[in-house]
Amino acid sequence: MDYFLTEEQQMIVDIARQIADEKIIPQRAELDEKEEFATEILNEIAQADLYGLYIPEEYGGFGGGCFEVVLALEQFGRGCVAVATSFAASALGAYPILLSGSEEMKQQYMPDVATGKRRAAFALTEANAGSDASGIQTTAVLDGDEWVLNGTKQWITNAGEAQIYSVVAMTDKSKGARGASMFVVEDTDPGFSCGPKEKKMGIRASATCELIFKDCRIPKDRLVGRQGSGFITVMKTLDLSRPGIAILGVGLGQAALDESVTYAKQRVQFGKPIISFQAIQHMLADMAIQVEAGRSLVYAAAKHIAVHPKDMTKASSMCKVFATDMAMKVTVDAVQVLAGYGYMREYPVEKMMRDAKILQIYEGTNQIQRNVIGQELNKEYT
Amino acid sequence: MNIIVCIKQVPDAKDVRLDPKTNTMAREGVESIMNPFDRHAVEEAVRLKERHGGTVTVLSMGPPQAEAILREAVSCGADEAVLVSDRAFAGADTWATTYTLGKAIEKTGPFDLILCGKQAIDGDTAQVGPGLAKRLNIPYVSCVRKITGFENGAILLHRLMDDGYDEVEIPLPGLLTVVKEINEPRVPSLKGKMKAKSLSIRILNAEAIEADPDSLGLPGSTTQVVKVFAPEFKGERAMLEGTVDEQVEQLVNKLEPYL
Amino acid sequence: MLKIDIETCIGCGVCEEECTFGAIEVIDGVAVVNEKCTLCGSCVDSCEVGALSIESKEKAVQVDLAEWSGIMIFAEYRHGKVVPVSFELLGIGRELADQQKVTLSAVLLGSGLGDAARDLVSYGADIVYQVDDPALEYFTDEIFGNILEDVVREQKPEVVLAGATAIGRSFIPLVATSLATGLTADCTQLAIRPDDGVLLQTRPAFGGNIMATIECPFTRPQMSTVRPRVMKAVQQDLNRKGEIINYQPQPERLQSKVKVLRSVLEEQDQVNITEGEIIVSGGRGLDNEKGFELIKQLADAVGGAVGASRAAVDSEWIAYPHQVGQTGKTVNPKLYIACGISGAIQHVVGMQSSETIVAINKDPHASIFDVATYGIVGDLFEVVPKLIEKIKERRG
Repeated sequence: MDYFLTEEQQMIVDIARQIADEKIIPQRAELDEKEEFATEILNEIAQADLYGLYIPEEYGGFGGGCFEVVLALEQFGRGCVAVATSFAASALGAYPILLSGSEEMKQQYMPDVATGKRRAAFALTEANAGSDASGIQTTAVLDGDEWVLNGTKQWITNAGEAQIYSVVAMTDKSKGARGASMFVVEDTDPGFSCGPKEKKMGIRASATCELIFKDCRIPKDRLVGRQGSGFITVMKTLDLSRPGIAILGVGLGQAALDESVTYAKQRVQFGKPIISFQAIQHMLADMAIQVEAGRSLVYAAAKHIAVHPKDMTKASSMCKVFATDMAMKVTVDAVQVLAGYGYMREYPVEKMMRDAKILQIYEGTNQIQRNVIGQELNKEYT
Repeated sequence: MNIIVCIKQVPDAKDVRLDPKTNTMAREGVESIMNPFDRHAVEEAVRLKERHGGTVTVLSMGPPQAEAILREAVSCGADEAVLVSDRAFAGADTWATTYTLGKAIEKTGPFDLILCGKQAIDGDTAQVGPGLAKRLNIPYVSCVRKITGFENGAILLHRLMDDGYDEVEIPLPGLLTVVKEINEPRVPSLKGKMKAKSLSIRILNAEAIEADPDSLGLPGSTTQVVKVFAPEFKGERAMLEGTVDEQVEQLVNKLEPYL
Repeated sequence: MLKIDIETCIGCGVCEEECTFGAIEVIDGVAVVNEKCTLCGSCVDSCEVGALSIESKEKAVQVDLAEWSGIMIFAEYRHGKVVPVSFELLGIGRELADQQKVTLSAVLLGSGLGDAARDLVSYGADIVYQVDDPALEYFTDEIFGNILEDVVREQKPEVVLAGATAIGRSFIPLVATSLATGLTADCTQLAIRPDDGVLLQTRPAFGGNIMATIECPFTRPQMSTVRPRVMKAVQQDLNRKGEIINYQPQPERLQSKVKVLRSVLEEQDQVNITEGEIIVSGGRGLDNEKGFELIKQLADAVGGAVGASRAAVDSEWIAYPHQVGQTGKTVNPKLYIACGISGAIQHVVGMQSSETIVAINKDPHASIFDVATYGIVGDLFEVVPKLIEKIKERRG
């Protein structure tokens, strides 16, 4: 369907598509098999001026908004969700600085992220604090001119591959949700280390590790925004990045649909290509409807968020829930359409099914999203 | 280093088929693309510019729609673009093509290096690079697989041979044709695409290059096509029937003389 | 420009059918040409009422064709040996020379040539012009081009052939341009047109999807590079007599601005499937690297080399030197067994001149069967193991 993109937006789509077709798709099976981080591909994305798509021009970025990022991520997601996640997670790590950081802080970090010279990551989750983020136990204590961080973060995307980490730590336990603050930790800071890479069901080419802070000392000016505003920054960050995750579901769903239709046209059983059977046709039709519906919702949410930054939450959560639940269903159906072949690692759809699951879980589980939407509805209606 | 890259717009050859029954080339759904070898030439030129400074000018002899590939090259790092276009060029074989390109390059200013892709995937001749070098009276090397150095006005490189490679030195100005192994072409950048969109392409027609009309196009060619046909293959097609064991038995009997 | 005489045209549509480029159509009862026209002239020939013509100046024949006589081939000599394509060139050269009743000569350039010229005579050359000089130790376009150009100008052959090898495809275009004559690259068929003695040069284009026949009517010599392993050498006759001439180039013709510093043989090419008498090839039907093992086992059983289609190489089940086809090697073994290969033109073009072709494929409509001598429709994972067993039995 025609979504009436501007010329510039179309350029972004064309470049991202070319990257997906020429660089990502040919390598995705091997990257998945070897659990290898796609450094070369991310460099290619940087060379194409897309790494800094969302970063304002004054810091060397393109100055694009939520929708521009969504357009690029859709193509990368169609290529490989693991590679796309590596890119998206860097944006996730940069957003806190862009949203709440001081001018000096933005000058210090954003230009390198814009050119892909340095990568970022976002660190909130802990062993005992997932959906209940307020349960985090990593602490930050001011000691003279330095903050000292202690604690462990879990399942951090881009850990070990990033140089800039946006880390949430408790600065005042007594204040509860208002007692957390956001900090920038660099990979060279003393007392900071990464654990080994986790072995995952899917997005295996994405690097996921623990972050360990053992008397990690960072300069005072690494505090992002005001002390105690940590969770506010987190909420804004996730609201802004959620459409990016949602669109990965759309890209993934599209890729799964493409494989399914192509296969159904070639596979002959009972003397006919299986696409001539209603059972298959109906599955494909439902898949296509869902992918397009997801695309429309995510595009609409992204455009809305770009101009209504104070009214992001419901749109952001809705598109994430829909598109990621959709991707899970569509990829499972894709494996079914390809049947025996779909189950084999030689064909790309089983990886797509494995990759889809995480989209329903990270950046706020779909259950939490539903809570959020429910609460927003409650607020909306008088 | 001022580099000229000669590029050509071609149909995506792998999709071109000749229907043997109608003797027609099916062109629907066949995209026009930049000749794949030329993408590698453009990439190498841009890399040389990034390393040694200078400008990269892409040049194409073709119909007006060839502008698309010139802009594509600019979006991947080329600086200037020249389209050499005139109805009089139609039907040119490689002899007339090298004449035309040679005249055009005389008008585009001094250069240090000309890069070409090894061959175009429609004609598959690999003749234009060497022929053009001769027209311009400059040395050339074909099938360059790797550029290893640039010193004292000469380029050091590896030339691909059938049994390995040669280490070769070529003084500039000179011409190189490149093979795909030389590099991985980059995708366009956003800034590149925007530059390409607003770039003014210089268009040279037959008059502008002061060409002798008798040397252009079909009349200027030394070879011409007699006919075009679909490849035909005839085999005896003795299909062996029966169970797998029976088929294998029959086959091994037939293959006795070779065993 | 294609000229259409609207008065004469009867709108019969024969030209539309004949055109391979879809460049001419009958609209409102009259032929109309569009921008796809390549001026090949097929429609002009096909028009029964003479309504079509290609407007071009009556070409003044640029040379006195009668002055040019003889077939000349360029013999390639590398790393101490005559490259096999040279004998193939003598094979087709002999055919053409006999047809035209002219001499067949060869140009041999190198350093330390030894008896190579006599080899060329034994394979059909009437005359060999040889230059044995250290300047020719390595291949340079300029020196090889200079000498061949000079010999051609002196001897005026009507046809010059060279192998479409890395060397041939590199310097022959230089020679053709210097001689202001036409060159056709990578020919797979050569024939003399009986009525005017012109060489008809047939070659693949569009990656092998299309064949084109080319002529060079107005200039001489008519030059072609010829695809290796398509033409056949004649039987070697050690008693054959021929003249060997030590050609002396002018000293300035032995100069080259381009310098070769060193020549490196590469390990990979020690896999040379082109020398084998039997080749067993696998394609996409093998499903994976493990499946490809079956091909190696069959090759071992018959004492042959392993070949592959592009699909197998792209999937990385086997390395590129084993690839047979348009973008791989051309082979002509005595026996070629194709397993799980569909028979796309690009592959077939690389093996179709094999003496006997066996195809095993589960798809009865696979195009590989069109070129096969023997075909088995079946699951290769069933057929091939049994074949291996039976062959081992027979061989004892």
